[in-house]
Amino acid sequence: MERLHVIVLVILLIALAVTLIRLRSLLAIAILTGVYSLIMAVVYTLLDAVDVAFTEAVVGAGITLTLMLAAISLTTRSETKPGKRTKQRAVGAVTALAAGMALIYATTDMPGLGDADAPVHLHVAPYYIEVGPIETGVPNIVTAILASYRGFDTLGEVAVIFTAGISVMALLWRWGKDDR
Amino acid sequence: MSEHLIVRVVSKMLIPFILLFALYVQMHGDYGPGGGFQAGVIFATAFIIYAIVFGVKRAIRVMPLTVLTAMVSLGLVLYAMVGFVSLAAGGTFLDYGALDSHDPVHGQHLGIIIIELGVGITVAGVLTAIFFTFAERWQK
Repeated sequence: MERLHVIVLVILLIALAVTLIRLRSLLAIAILTGVYSLIMAVVYTLLDAVDVAFTEAVVGAGITLTLMLAAISLTTRSETKPGKRTKQRAVGAVTALAAGMALIYATTDMPGLGDADAPVHLHVAPYYIEVGPIETGVPNIVTAILASYRGFDTLGEVAVIFTAGISVMALLWRWGKDDR
Repeated sequence: MSEHLIVRVVSKMLIPFILLFALYVQMHGDYGPGGGFQAGVIFATAFIIYAIVFGVKRAIRVMPLTVLTAMVSLGLVLYAMVGFVSLAAGGTFLDYGALDSHDPVHGQHLGIIIIELGVGITVAGVLTAIFFTFAERWQK
């Protein structure tokens, strides 16, 4: 049953992607990208990755959409019509198709979904599942891994977010020009 | 958008609950899905809704830029400080077990809650600041 749900959702995602390519209105594109993220969040929930689903929903469908809309309202609402550059388009199509084929070929080598013998499940994951809640006292293993076992990584991520925020404010904010 | 009565009233009603939900996600990250990052985004959303409905000028009066810049740095500093405190307490950098000399598990839990709070503060500050920076350019 779950597999059927995922298949239906993936078909929806493909339909959305094709629509996104054909659309010219940037407003519609931004909103549909948010819808795409929301469907991805449902897919993650079905795959039992609740934390990832939560992040996808708030970031992909929420904040990214809002920032995109803010950017659109500052620039223009529709994409300019591309000229008839057949040669460039052919090169682009061939590159995209080749990359797509390579990626599909690569998936044949991937372990099955939820395979207990997959390499990623044999390295440190059993240790985290076994002693994680006992060592950290935190029942949510995802939080325990992110905050404690991968504390350095998360510190780096926060530093990246900090840098991004400071850079945007330094570059775009009109300091001293307003009547605050 | 403040001339739309329904939007104004509904958003005014929703904003406290959005903030409350953000705090719930923040503090419940160790038991359920969520954590500092998601909570920070939801917290920022409340201010973004306020800015969209009532205008950026009023939103900046609610959340001044000085507070935002302080939040952006405070979260990161809080996170790093936990590392240095655990270092001073005899552990390694970000080894939360050293935070409580009697019970390492308690120390771990405490450390995780504090660093998640740091993540949440920085993310909320950065996202609100980025939106305000963009939106401030609407009104020339």
